[in-house]
Amino acid sequence: MNIVVLVKQVPDSGAERSLRADDNTVDRGAASNVINEMDEYAIEEALKITEAHGGEVTVLTMGPAGASDSIRKALSMGPAKAVHIVDDALRGSCAVSTSKVIAAALGGLNADIILCGSESTDGRVQVLPHMLAERLGVAALTGARKLTVDGSTLTIERQTDEGYEVVTASTPAVVSVWDTINEPRYPSFKGIMAAKKKPVDTKSLADLGVDASEVGFAGATSTVLDHAQRPPRSAGQKVVDEGDGGVKLVEYLATEKFV
Amino acid sequence: MAEVLVVVEAAASGVKKVTLELLTLAREIGTPAAVVLGGPGAAEALTARLAEYGAEKIYAAESEEIDGYLVAPKATVVAELVKRVSPAAVLLASTQEGKEIAARLAIKLDNGVLTDAVGLDADGTATQVAFAGATIVKSKVTRGLPIVALRPNSLTPVPAPASPSVESLTVTATESDKLAKVVERVAEQKGARPELSEASVVVSGGRGVASADNFKLVEELADLLGGAVGASRAAVDSGFYPHQFQVGQTGKTVSPQLYIALGISGAIQHRAGMQTSKTIVAVNKDTEAPIFELADYGVVGDLNKVVPQAADEIRKRR
Ligand SMILES: Cc1cc2nc3c(=O)[nH]c(=O)nc-3n(C[C@H](O)[C@H](O)[C@H](O)COP(=O)(O)OP(=O)(O)OC[C@H]3O[C@@H](n4cnc5c(N)ncnc54)[C@H](O)[C@@H]3O)c2cc1C
Ligand SMILES: Nc1ncnc2c1ncn2[C@@H]1O[C@H](COP(=O)(O)O)[C@@H](O)[C@H]1O
Repeated sequence: MNIVVLVKQVPDSGAERSLRADDNTVDRGAASNVINEMDEYAIEEALKITEAHGGEVTVLTMGPAGASDSIRKALSMGPAKAVHIVDDALRGSCAVSTSKVIAAALGGLNADIILCGSESTDGRVQVLPHMLAERLGVAALTGARKLTVDGSTLTIERQTDEGYEVVTASTPAVVSVWDTINEPRYPSFKGIMAAKKKPVDTKSLADLGVDASEVGFAGATSTVLDHAQRPPRSAGQKVVDEGDGGVKLVEYLATEKFV
Repeated sequence: MAEVLVVVEAAASGVKKVTLELLTLAREIGTPAAVVLGGPGAAEALTARLAEYGAEKIYAAESEEIDGYLVAPKATVVAELVKRVSPAAVLLASTQEGKEIAARLAIKLDNGVLTDAVGLDADGTATQVAFAGATIVKSKVTRGLPIVALRPNSLTPVPAPASPSVESLTVTATESDKLAKVVERVAEQKGARPELSEASVVVSGGRGVASADNFKLVEELADLLGGAVGASRAAVDSGFYPHQFQVGQTGKTVSPQLYIALGISGAIQHRAGMQTSKTIVAVNKDTEAPIFELADYGVVGDLNKVVPQAADEIRKRR
């Protein structure tokens, strides 16, 4: 199995995050940047599949030069190599053009499975996997909480509001995973050392045959007009339970007409 | 006025509330037209409700192929309809399925797409909340028509009775639409509680609930208030409650009228899923717990004492 894992670098969701005042893009300078948490589960799943069935795992990232930190971190978990799509013209790219660029890069990689996270924690758009499948004309098995590989047949379980669905497809396919699928490994010391020497192939837009006018702010299909900080919620009343906390709680609910 | 296509989502209980919100919103932009995508006979059961909330037209795409594969055939149907009727906008629910259809539509039509909107103006400007609810963003589709996915509980649905005509659409799924085949749908027992992302009251339990068995306290309070049950990730990871009820960054986003957090500390990733709730109430034995920073009403105490007493008090007041 030839597996490509899509890994995005995002601002740490545990820290302050903001948009830039000048162009309304995610402020990556101010943030502490990490691998999109959900993508670590995709890396783990890819490694488990190749450990069981053979094959090679490649990490693919589209992002600024600084994303190379996240690529090394991803490689330290075990993948063999990486592709980093980096080009100044990509800044401000919308989901539609991001999918165009990533699809172009995938064209040369001959993947049986394209594994990704279900969503990125910065945008939470949850659209890229289906956009890629649509562009590449391959199956999309999205939101997997379980993935089974049997020859060229892939089967996933995906959570729905009512329960779950079992969905199957043949390779090549895009598979996106939730964080319930596995427990990502920590990089070992050996893994961290080895990652330093693993090949990272840097690709520009020209390398991929995508015109700069189709991406970035120039090619964006949507635009952020404005952003503002939401007024923080202020703390309300706080009472200490002195044997009547439950009654007081219901009194409050009653004044707010909930009971 | 041009039509505004509303992609209908339904559950066993009928049209989902978010679809009624979409129909309410669609009226501000043009003539609401509901698109039902389902198996044979799907539209009939939904027609009365869609009419009640202002659908002037119902497009019914009914076929085994719609049910038998993941979203791709649905997107094909909607894309063909868009090309034929040139609507003013396409509105979907910002659910897993709604976003997936929106994603494919955007590629098929080479069109922009906005997800997770909480509002939409007549000129197509969408309001979104980003970064765990801390930032409000105004954005707009700049290529093609607005394709916008709206978060459940963003507005109150308002009835506006209409008498829609029903047009059935032929479903012509392509070979590549049929690559991801649904082989089984398994219902997991849920009882009579409202759907988590649409409920107007949500009562959630965290690690402080301490066991799966003790979640019956959370369920009892939820049932007394007619609400849904939610859980923090720590509660889910500890096996106290199933994952589909997780609230937060990697779970559901909820925006109910009332959110009650029991034994939840209020980590930023949890807030991401509940911060836009109208009223927040917390019970936590640690007076320093961050959840109190956003609670409108907080009780510092042991949930094992406070919650049963509250339940009794609600019963007494009936
Ligand atoms: C990438 C990532 C994604 C995440 N996504 C999510 C997510 O989607 N949803 C989510 O919830 N979390 C998420 N988390 C986890 C989050 O950081 C917290 O760890 C989690 O929310 C903590 O859950 P908790 O509040 O139940 O547990 P704790 O933080 O352990 O808090 C338990 C609370 O219960 C109180 N307590 C204990 N006993 C009692 C009692 N008898 N009576 C009253 N109070 C009591 C304690 O004082 C404490 O405040 C994510 C984390 C990461 C890194
Ligand atoms: N710039 C990117 N580079 C690599 N992978 C990405 C990028 N953006 C999104 N992805 C992948 O697509 C998934 C879903 O992202 P999104 O649609 O943005 O929520 C992520 O979990 C990643 O696996």
